[in-house]
Amino acid sequence: MNYKHLILFVTLIAFCSCKQDYRLNKIEGKQINISDSLAINQDIEAFIKPYRENVNKNLDSILAYAADTYSKSDGEYNTAIGNMMADAVYYESNPVFKSRTGEDIDFVLLNHGGIRAIISKGNITSRTAYEIMPFDNSVVVVKLKGAQVQELIEYLVKAKRAHPISRLNIVLDNDGNFKSAGLNGSPIDFNTTYNVATNDYLYSGGDHMDFFKTNDSLYMLDYKIRNVLIDYFKKIDTLNPAIDNRFIQLKN
Amino acid sequence: MKRREFIQQTAAASTLIGLGGMGLSSFATASKKITILHTNDVHSHIDAFGPDNGRNPNQGGVARRASLIEGIRKKNPNTLLLDAGDIFQGTPYFNYYGGELEFKLMSMLKYDVATIGNHDFDNGIEGLYAQLPHAKFDFVSANYDFSNTIMDTHVKPYRIIIKDGIKIGIFGLGIELDGLVGKKMYKETVYLDPTESTQEMTRILKNDEQCDLIICLSHLGYNYRNDSEKISDLKLAETTKDIDLIIGGHTHTFLKKPTVVKNSEGKNLLVNQVGCYGINLGKIDFYFDTDKNKSANGTSIIV
Repeated sequence: MNYKHLILFVTLIAFCSCKQDYRLNKIEGKQINISDSLAINQDIEAFIKPYRENVNKNLDSILAYAADTYSKSDGEYNTAIGNMMADAVYYESNPVFKSRTGEDIDFVLLNHGGIRAIISKGNITSRTAYEIMPFDNSVVVVKLKGAQVQELIEYLVKAKRAHPISRLNIVLDNDGNFKSAGLNGSPIDFNTTYNVATNDYLYSGGDHMDFFKTNDSLYMLDYKIRNVLIDYFKKIDTLNPAIDNRFIQLKN
Repeated sequence: MKRREFIQQTAAASTLIGLGGMGLSSFATASKKITILHTNDVHSHIDAFGPDNGRNPNQGGVARRASLIEGIRKKNPNTLLLDAGDIFQGTPYFNYYGGELEFKLMSMLKYDVATIGNHDFDNGIEGLYAQLPHAKFDFVSANYDFSNTIMDTHVKPYRIIIKDGIKIGIFGLGIELDGLVGKKMYKETVYLDPTESTQEMTRILKNDEQCDLIICLSHLGYNYRNDSEKISDLKLAETTKDIDLIIGGHTHTFLKKPTVVKNSEGKNLLVNQVGCYGINLGKIDFYFDTDKNKSANGTSIIV
């Protein structure tokens, strides 16, 4: 190979590589865990800091005081924390619902699984509300016929779980069978319709509360459960909810 | 005698290595690597999970993701950073700042393109629009028709980015909003059929634009086992053609590795999703070559 050949060869290669099409010949895919072994980018960290401090300052401002520690596992058919939540939904939502529709909420049903954290004895802050209710579920009021209210009660009797309720009461007999039910002390009229406040998760079939599907109307309050709790905490000074008789089993 | 043979063989070997070396160096310019980094469903998780978190202690965090991405970009400047939606909602940062911090940080991390998830409508379409000035990256969606909304002209069906001469087409797909997002939130946004939108996009990106690489940023969800009719990333991958990579979101699916799927022409493509909350970063490297013999044997996929 002389110099001329070499130059021709190099030129050819250069020419080819300009003209040639690039074709995909290999793909490598993986995922990398963002773990604490990675360094923190200090510019980003410094940028976040004022936002974080402001959020924390707001979240940590004290709204009320909890007289004790309340957990959803303390109680058989009703719990102090669940009663507080269902009552808060009633007290905070009813004025809103009434001002918009002229009607009252008859009772409230939430779900036991929707209580996501305990309330610890001591100061209650907005952070407490975010812990109990990290989801953005909102209050909805569903108009249910007597037959669906019947289904709702049967569901609760069968579930035997402390699903939070307010203004509804259910009594089970010794054997755990249905004995009686009432609304705020009055008997239930299964020939009428009731305004039931719940959250949009349960309305959409969450926890298989299918009785909500057959309804006469739905009213979206556009009021997040978390904000219900924050507004409720702001109004009270000391939080001391209790287990009561709203859902009980008779024992001899 | 034997010794001479050995030397001859060694000399021959060196020549081969020399030639090989020359071959490599002359072909080094003829091989290109594009790195695609991606996240999905970060849901306002700006800070890492705390040490007491029950599920993901000490994981995630934008400041750590930033370092990782910076390191990868240093190794390969031909890197794109993409997000498959649900940037908003999940921590008080969103409740307090409406997504401003999320967009600002993504801009600082130099995200290139994102698509829109259902939760990005959580402050209404106005809430999303209001944060756009903080986003120095583009939004793509081929199947949300925003023409009768405030978002009109702010979201393109696709974007083409050329890196090192490689033409990369990226289009977006969003999930059906009805039943998932309140109508008063998404207003007059019209949801179009994702499969039909994909057919149109791949025709434009492959045939008209002659892209070397086609990526779909999808918020449709990975797979719906209990609803085989529902469109998902796996279903879309199987029933369409010319897509090289689907980056998914919505279902918060943690995959051990990207899924290899055969498209309608029997050609392999990748479907990937990296869970949620910024816990993982997806990294897909595409190697291009001018060596026709290699390409004739098809594309090898290592996952």
